[in-house]
Amino acid sequence: MAAVDTAAWVRGFAALVGEHEAELTALDAAIGDADHGTNMRRGMTAVVAALDDSQPGTPGEVSKQTAMALIRAVGGASGPLFGTFFLRFAAAIGSGMDIADFARAFRAGVDGVIARGKAEPGDKTMVDTLVPAADALDTRVAGGASTEAVLDAAVSAAAAGRDATTPLVARKGRASYLGERSAGHQDPGATSAALLVLAARAAVR
Amino acid sequence: MKKLINDPAGVVDAALAGMAAAHPELRVDAKQRIIVRADAPRPGKVGLVSGGGSGHEPLHGGFVGLGMLDAACPGEIFTSPVPDQILAATAAVDAGAGVLHIVKNYTGDVMNFEMAAELAAAESGAEVRAVVVNDDVAVQDSLYTAGRRGVGATLILEKMAGAGAEQGRPLAEVARIAETVNARSRSMGMALTSCTVPAVGHPTFELGDGEMEIGIGIHGEPGRRRVPLAPARDVAVLLLDPILADLPFAQGDRVLCFLNGMGGTPLIELYLMFDEVSRILRGHGIQIERSLVGPYVTSLDMAGCSITLTRLDEELTALWDAPVRTPALRWGI
Repeated sequence: MAAVDTAAWVRGFAALVGEHEAELTALDAAIGDADHGTNMRRGMTAVVAALDDSQPGTPGEVSKQTAMALIRAVGGASGPLFGTFFLRFAAAIGSGMDIADFARAFRAGVDGVIARGKAEPGDKTMVDTLVPAADALDTRVAGGASTEAVLDAAVSAAAAGRDATTPLVARKGRASYLGERSAGHQDPGATSAALLVLAARAAVR
Repeated sequence: MKKLINDPAGVVDAALAGMAAAHPELRVDAKQRIIVRADAPRPGKVGLVSGGGSGHEPLHGGFVGLGMLDAACPGEIFTSPVPDQILAATAAVDAGAGVLHIVKNYTGDVMNFEMAAELAAAESGAEVRAVVVNDDVAVQDSLYTAGRRGVGATLILEKMAGAGAEQGRPLAEVARIAETVNARSRSMGMALTSCTVPAVGHPTFELGDGEMEIGIGIHGEPGRRRVPLAPARDVAVLLLDPILADLPFAQGDRVLCFLNGMGGTPLIELYLMFDEVSRILRGHGIQIERSLVGPYVTSLDMAGCSITLTRLDEELTALWDAPVRTPALRWGI
């Protein structure tokens, strides 16, 4: 049965972040401090180096190393948030392989992000992308869909969540300092989180 | 972008190497990215650790030394330090009397310091307390925002809490001083130009020749509103009104007035602004008892300034006057 290859997922995410670095930084320049693309690229470069170095075996080991590399290399808000996502994902997935394991671990990761950042849907953050994606994963897994169909639904939900951040007034993160002026801009964290879901779809083996 | 740099990605490391060369009285650990007082840890003394993104120099590394910080951890430009760095700084200054983390209220700084404090408690059992600085009146403080930013009051708090720690006061006392300074301080800033982040290569925001931003922070983020350029005397009113309204500064109050340059504004303009500010404060019957003018909490090459007022009492005045010997602040010794 098809499953998400965790190492390919993380490496694919790194590649997407590299391709979109300038876009992520430009989005951050509009409502933040213009470093999201740079920070994510620095973090994911460290992640790939760590994975090349140690060649971890299980999905849990891959995601734990990803978490530690992100927390050590990124700083800012993205480091602890993406780091916490992968740390909780690692604990929940262990050596699990199928799409139900993936959905359960993804949900644990999202819950970790919410706990660390204290943000809710509608605050104009990465949570606006991650929660709909986790909901789509759960619903389609429960419905017995194929791995590909489950992840297609998650990719669509994540993209819709990302796009829905544009009109919102930010209530968390640095964009919240702009008040009403933050409306009309797509959230950079929601954008990189959508790349994370997109990378999972491309890592189905 | 025209800057005195070699490689945009290596700016922080190269600047730390320069600090190490210029200040042998500090211990600069390039690998861990921490700046520590050469004589730390000192038995019986509470350790003061602060940090945040680079690009605000001399904050924080320039304030490490006798009477102020024991260690600073600079992150990437405008990006908070990582937990490993903060943990290393905490361990380097912990002499058994506890460590105070001074954290500016930004989501990333707060989360990374929290993670570091959890790790410190688990690893060494160090007693760590944190004070979060949030003096910026440009941000409406409510349940629905990340809350007010920490800006100019950070320096004042580091100086006064640092003096308390130097006198050998216990952790709870040093933390109380820090909380008191934060509660009595308010700031507001403005920008005439954007700054340029080296790794980005172009200005963070575009500002027309006839425009200025009111209510900026220190990370090149746009302010609360954009208004037509005005003379300094009007800018002084725009900045002081919300400060005076927010913390009821009353007639007869004595204040510390800190007029801060954002990095790209010459001192002649800052002194000119100080003249306007002091005239307005006199009109309100508020006495400037102590003052500080200069670029201390900067935003790279941004042109602009911020004003911070701290309501003084005898204790805080004495803590401000206490000796300090750091690269950027030095008196009484």
